[in-house]
Amino acid sequence: MSLPLTRKDLMIVNMGPQHPSMHGVLRLIVTLDGEDVIDCEPILGYLHRGMEKIAENRTIIQYLPYVTRWDYLATMFTEAITVNAPEFLENIQIPQRASYIRVIMLELSRIASHLLWLGPFMADLGAQTPFFYIFRERELIYDLFEAATGMRMMHNYFRIGGVAADLPYGWIDKCLDFCDYFLRGVIEYQQLITQNPIFLERVEGVGFISGEEAVNWGLSGPMLRASGIQWDLRKVDLYESYNQFDWKVQWQKEGDSLARYLVRIGEMRESIKIIQQAVEKIPGGPYENLEVRRFKKAKNSEWNDFEYRFLGKKPSPNFELSKQELYARVEAPKGELGIYLVGDDSLFPWRWKIRPPGFINLQILPQLVKKMKLADIMTILGSIDIIMGEVDR
Amino acid sequence: MIIDRVQVEAINSFSNLELLKEVYGLIWILPILTLLLGITIEVLVIVWLEREISASIQQRIGPEYAGPLGLLQAIADGTKLLFKEDILPSRGDIPLFSIGPSIAVISILLSFLVIPLGYRFVLADLSIGVFLWIAISSIAPIGLLMAGYSSNNKYSFLGGLRAAAQSISYEIPLTFCVLAISLLSNSLSTVDIVEAQSKYGFFGWNLWRQPIGFLVFLISSLAECERLPFDLPEAEEELVAGYQTEYSGIKYGLFYLVSYLNLLVSSLFVTVLYLGGWNLSIPYISFFGFFQMNKMVGILEMTMSIFITLTKAYLFLFISITIRWTLPRMRMDQLLNLGWKFLLPISLGNLLLTTSFQLVSL
Repeated sequence: MSLPLTRKDLMIVNMGPQHPSMHGVLRLIVTLDGEDVIDCEPILGYLHRGMEKIAENRTIIQYLPYVTRWDYLATMFTEAITVNAPEFLENIQIPQRASYIRVIMLELSRIASHLLWLGPFMADLGAQTPFFYIFRERELIYDLFEAATGMRMMHNYFRIGGVAADLPYGWIDKCLDFCDYFLRGVIEYQQLITQNPIFLERVEGVGFISGEEAVNWGLSGPMLRASGIQWDLRKVDLYESYNQFDWKVQWQKEGDSLARYLVRIGEMRESIKIIQQAVEKIPGGPYENLEVRRFKKAKNSEWNDFEYRFLGKKPSPNFELSKQELYARVEAPKGELGIYLVGDDSLFPWRWKIRPPGFINLQILPQLVKKMKLADIMTILGSIDIIMGEVDR
Repeated sequence: MIIDRVQVEAINSFSNLELLKEVYGLIWILPILTLLLGITIEVLVIVWLEREISASIQQRIGPEYAGPLGLLQAIADGTKLLFKEDILPSRGDIPLFSIGPSIAVISILLSFLVIPLGYRFVLADLSIGVFLWIAISSIAPIGLLMAGYSSNNKYSFLGGLRAAAQSISYEIPLTFCVLAISLLSNSLSTVDIVEAQSKYGFFGWNLWRQPIGFLVFLISSLAECERLPFDLPEAEEELVAGYQTEYSGIKYGLFYLVSYLNLLVSSLFVTVLYLGGWNLSIPYISFFGFFQMNKMVGILEMTMSIFITLTKAYLFLFISITIRWTLPRMRMDQLLNLGWKFLLPISLGNLLLTTSFQLVSL
């Protein structure tokens, strides 16, 4: 029996919840051997607010202002899934115009989310400057949101059966201007970042996930598409009116951090393509289906009259969820955002299970960072794109 | 009584002598104080420049309220740090914790000794010249290691270790580059090195004779300064603030000072070694040749040479500041690979080439 000459002294470093690059309050307990990562254990729950339980004693309309706090960078998606689930449950149709407005808002939100992924990701690699550049474009998106919804981040804009307000006059032109401007911005990012040798050295081959692994871990969104699997719920599920536009699923086959970066950059471009098409052929008509503003049992209400939309004070809309259950999902920028909804013939949902993409995607982190360097933790964590608000809920 | 008076006079004269001695001592210390003051002002200017340049790179405004154009921002920050509470880690090694930053500062301040700002305007024209800088600048990592160890914090410890590993691996290519330069000018004295470049103006710079050496020197001096592509010891995203994590108040301020002093020394040495030092460097035009050498012209010339040296140094500073706010950070293994597997062989080859050329020309 021979003992090793040098005893390996492993160092256990506690990263977070207060750490500059833990994207909020993620906590990692990392076992280090010098610079090498031996083990990594994520600890969650520092931002847990019991959002699923809170949903169980609210009506949907009461709960809507709260949902933007799940993923506070892609706020439109949380609202979209919150109204989509009851809509699917009750099989409610929404007007074409509302659907188009939703698509525009969702894609703008996707761009905003990807932008605020790009900045911190580059900051995780040590380049601080892109953080300021992304805010330049993101600010314009939030200006658009503010003009349409009245709020910059927590919009409370989507409603069951449509949206809360129509687009204001001139908004369409402003949005088109933004699209033209933003395409130039994306080109600028690619010139600055994509060819940078240090950047390539830091991300290429780091955090590799094979396609099979990605499926087995239940990954979704850019994490899945970067591993060579062309799975985009906008194509698969055909919700809203995504099938009316000409766009492609962005995917890469490499499966490393660089591939995830490329997928997200590509998605921003595709989103702009969708917005441009949607803005150009947005139909007229009502922006909400007033039929849903009633109790389920009340028949022949005056609420669907033509005059109703001009009333100053509208009764608080209530919406009864029938005794059914379903799983609804949308393609959020981080991946598949789903709701498992169980109705109980009452105004409140009986169960409101959230499937946050960040939470599921984060599971693969310990496996990815093992045998990598300390600095790679930040690269990989950055490329996963988590928001602790939705991970902990 | 008479004896008394004589005695008193003797005592008086003696005390006068003492006073004179003290005055002489003060005069002797005056250049050092002047240099220190100059360095401090330059560091303040660099801090201001860094903030303004980074602001314009990032499309921000930068400091603008403290003084005209925010010029006094660095002084305001320094004053704030001076008055801030000095927090000591309860389980740290307090003596080491306090010595660490001072060792780093002193060792870097010492290397200003041999930097010539103008012709015969150098605090100590030592015959070992440049090597004093190289020898002394490797003391600074000991201070950082002390700081990292004594903080009793894992981030600090890792940061200190990284600082040590980094400065050891980049010291060697740096030394080889300096050796090549000293071979070209047959001297280690910084004044002689600049003099050797003064012959053909702009084209006499060592930059043209040592292009590879210049690039290697540039990269390794950036690594020595722990500037952004190589700022691993204080990598914010990984180690919070590296060895500075537990520091606050003026001790933190000293580390801040160290990083900028280091940058200033490196840029001045780039100027001295590769960019022709204080020479105006426009060939065949000697600005002061037309005048007779009197005292006024002498002072003017001195001012001009200081100005030229600083201009060249700030050119390098601008480059390093721009690099800092443009590039991402390297990983530790990539950093060491670059140092040992790329820069070291290249600088060694450069040195061998230079040596053989010098031998042939002998």
